[in-house]
Amino acid sequence: MPKDSVAGTGIGASTKRREDVRFLTGNGNYTDDINIHGQAYVHFLRSDVAHGRIISIDTSAAAAMPGVVKVFTGKDFEGVGSIPCGWQVTDRHGEVMKEPAHPVLAQGKVRHVGDPIAAVVADSLAEARDAAEAIVFDIEELPAAVNMKAALEPGAPKVHDDLSDNLCYDWGFVEENKGAVDEAIRNAAHVTTLELVNNRLVANPMEPRVAVGDWNKSSDDYTLYTTSQNPHVIRLLMGAFVLGIPEHKLRVVAPDVGGGFGTKIFHYAEEAFCTFAAKACKRPVKWTSTRSEAFMSDAHGRDHVTKIELALDKDNNFTAIRTETYANMGAYLSTFAPSVPTWLHGTLMAGNYKTPNIYVNVKAVFTNTVPVDAYRGAGRPEATYQLERVIDMAARELGVDPIALRRQNFITEFPYATPVAVEYDTGDYPATMDKLEEIADLAGFAARRAESVAKGKLRGLGVNCYIEACGIAPSNLVGQLGARAGLYESATVRVNATGSISVMTGSHSHGQGHETAFPQVVAEMLGIDASMIDIVHGDTGRGPMGMGTYGSRSLAVGGSAMVRATEKIINKAKKIAAHLMEASDSDIELKDGKFTVAGTDKSVAWGDVTLAAYVPHNYPLEDIEPGLEETAFYDPSNFTYPSGAYCCEVELDPETGKVTIERFSAADDFGNIVNPMIVSGQVHGGIAQGVGQALLENCAYDENGQLLSASYMDYAMPRATDVPFYTVDHSCQTPCTHNPLGVKGCGEAGAIGSPPAVINAVIDALNSGGHKVAHMDMPASPSRVWAAMQG
Amino acid sequence: MYAFDIERPTSLTDAVTALGREEAQALGGGQTLIPALKQRLAAPSVLVSLAGIAEMKGICMNDAGLLCIGGGTTHGTVAKGAVAHYPGLADLAAHIGDPAVRNRGTIGGSLANNDPSACYPAAALASGVTIVTNTRSIAADDFFEGMFTTALEEGEIITEVKFPIPEASCYIKFEQPASRFALVGVFVAKFAEGVRVAVTGASNNGVFRWTAAETALSANFSVGALDGLSVPAQDMIADLHGTAAYRAHLVAVMAKRAVAAAK
Repeated sequence: MPKDSVAGTGIGASTKRREDVRFLTGNGNYTDDINIHGQAYVHFLRSDVAHGRIISIDTSAAAAMPGVVKVFTGKDFEGVGSIPCGWQVTDRHGEVMKEPAHPVLAQGKVRHVGDPIAAVVADSLAEARDAAEAIVFDIEELPAAVNMKAALEPGAPKVHDDLSDNLCYDWGFVEENKGAVDEAIRNAAHVTTLELVNNRLVANPMEPRVAVGDWNKSSDDYTLYTTSQNPHVIRLLMGAFVLGIPEHKLRVVAPDVGGGFGTKIFHYAEEAFCTFAAKACKRPVKWTSTRSEAFMSDAHGRDHVTKIELALDKDNNFTAIRTETYANMGAYLSTFAPSVPTWLHGTLMAGNYKTPNIYVNVKAVFTNTVPVDAYRGAGRPEATYQLERVIDMAARELGVDPIALRRQNFITEFPYATPVAVEYDTGDYPATMDKLEEIADLAGFAARRAESVAKGKLRGLGVNCYIEACGIAPSNLVGQLGARAGLYESATVRVNATGSISVMTGSHSHGQGHETAFPQVVAEMLGIDASMIDIVHGDTGRGPMGMGTYGSRSLAVGGSAMVRATEKIINKAKKIAAHLMEASDSDIELKDGKFTVAGTDKSVAWGDVTLAAYVPHNYPLEDIEPGLEETAFYDPSNFTYPSGAYCCEVELDPETGKVTIERFSAADDFGNIVNPMIVSGQVHGGIAQGVGQALLENCAYDENGQLLSASYMDYAMPRATDVPFYTVDHSCQTPCTHNPLGVKGCGEAGAIGSPPAVINAVIDALNSGGHKVAHMDMPASPSRVWAAMQG
Repeated sequence: MYAFDIERPTSLTDAVTALGREEAQALGGGQTLIPALKQRLAAPSVLVSLAGIAEMKGICMNDAGLLCIGGGTTHGTVAKGAVAHYPGLADLAAHIGDPAVRNRGTIGGSLANNDPSACYPAAALASGVTIVTNTRSIAADDFFEGMFTTALEEGEIITEVKFPIPEASCYIKFEQPASRFALVGVFVAKFAEGVRVAVTGASNNGVFRWTAAETALSANFSVGALDGLSVPAQDMIADLHGTAAYRAHLVAVMAKRAVAAAK
């Protein structure tokens, strides 16, 4: 793609985000802003025990309460399907994973705190809540399975009575490599072993989940308004698997969505409930999650317990990596939960390094906790964290420079086929590390450390690299890996008569700035101003089937679909222009929004051609149809592989254990970039979330399965004062070779690359001033740092 | 929230009358009570807002040299109004919560609630205040009776808090990372007749005086005087955010920092 339009509104221009005007002035249209005449409200009665057998539920008193429309329990949903799982993993013995039923409302047992027992639909939310308190129920509390390793012990409480145990699957990757890996570790000159926890997180998007179900009794059509990253996927999962509603009778709308971070990918019981109840009650039914409900019903993220071994030869070359991970699934399989610790994690274990032998084992475990699924980065942060921590630890054990050790082992030739089944197309890891050393001023660290020491503080510096596989696709590959859906993307480019354009995309924006960046791509191709182009998304009734936004895939996959559809537009428009100028199609050039006959001064404007398409008085009707609207589906041939090198510098107060981030630098290679300002913003936000995981956030359960961090009083979110001014750079660009834009994706990078940088820096600080701490788990909160320092 | 009536008296007398109603509950700035109501953790039948009572608001110095703060005075007002008289107290008020909290929350509400992690109880106890209610005066040493428990009777309203002004003082808190309440907060107040040290956030029994530190500092008001002193860990709170040992450790650290910064 040309990159000479940086000053305009095309590719490469840092145009301001047009959607921010409505977001920042309170004019966004979020799901909770949608109120339909006659709507009723649902309140869910949720379990306050982690595990229990439902002996009885008596809703008669509740049903008689003022304003109550109907009270539902699990019995009302016996005729509908289970909340489905979208990915099936096959284990190392060739067995498919265990896949327990997930009813819309609990049936027989409750399996986590927050599991819905019953639902009250009433004229007002207050009446629904009042009536829910009048539901009389008897739940026999059972011992809970909470700790993953304990949950796999014989005799542990079983989350699902119909399963033999709590093991969902025992996955080996690549199983055939195991022997060679074991041997390489036996023969290694040095093996560094690290056991770590990747802490459980709550995504906490600013907007909590909301669902409004509506049913039209004259047409028998349903509409679900929901806070989703992928309305088409919800339509497919809920329509086909839960409620049995065909696509043409079900419209799913996800309007403005205030942050998703993965947790709004999944199909949730509340969506199915509101859609089902709308017909049962013959009224629209609305649910708005409270923040307290969000903590116990939004899918959580991470929660891995891992042992990783890194083997090196006598020259410090990496020879093998072996990992064993316990991955928490929670009580039910959320939509993409099984794929996160496997295909989104195991395939990334090579990182940026040419390690010849790699074996990854993952045991996925059911527990009496909220389901766990993808959260910004999904599997890739877990892979990156353990790899970059064990490399740092190896460098410390061997007394070598951690950057030099990384450089020595970098992959330098592309394409590179890893031993974990993926092929990196492009990258230049030494270049991003060079850039990092420059922007992070590594040379000045010693002086800055001395300043900290003079103040009675410790200072540490941590560096790491990351690679991610994003642009989540291609369909034929993910199908082999167990995905139950395709991972293409679609775009319809609708050119209107006067030349303005609506682009319908299957991608969805929930803060990423698609409404600004996507028009830049089309504007660049057509040579028109981006303000003539609008993006339409988030409505299955208005655009072609699409797979939504996650895995940093929107521009790489959705943008590529837009390019393909726009190419079709250009081809057809050139034919129309040729006719108007009585020239040959092949002589027509499109530049700056004008069609010219090559080598002449004959031209027609963009608007003349588009008008002719819809007012075809002078038009080659015998050759082409009127109108100017094209659709393309794009299915890439590979993932994309952004990479980068990050550096964090912390100051640590040894008296209190408090860590403050003094500097943070990120050098990323995202391939080509459409809007540098938006990319920087994505990196900033990603780092903030990574810093949150590294220093603050910790979703904790007690041994009975009670959620200890159930509100912001105990769950620490990062705030503006917790993060520094970042230095981010994305000038290292090795374009992706297999998509037409050469883009790689940037949404998750910050959250993937930053936790190991922060912890490496904390550990560096904790190995200065006479201290010696080999490892500590996230979050490096003051009390935990202090405890680590006490030994 | 459950349904409730609200009364907005404009005089103390009317407020006392209103609080005589069955299941009545006084509402100060509402920074604790309103969230509790929203969560349906409290169900008063009538809320009596004290926000409209002019006689309970304001800051002044009385003839005895005491800084008198009306029970309905917001933290924001204290942060500004006490600077000239009692900078240590003003600084404490300026760092409670965030601007929204400081512009709603009141000193009387905070003391009456006696949250074990609140800041004001440390100032009140370290300063040796007199807490004036609609019926009597209570010395700080008699007022705090443990976590969320005070000497106040049902329906009793804090109308005024009278602060003796120390020669030097400072409050240093270490914030709990999530709530930003005091994980441990220490108020040191140096008076001519001796030093008082009050600790909030740390103990299962709520705010308390660290008498060993008081003795040491009264003899020698210096950071070094606290060397080797510690509070026993067994009474300390242990939770997600810190063990009892960590809190006990922080008490000494914060006390030293408060002494170092006292002015």
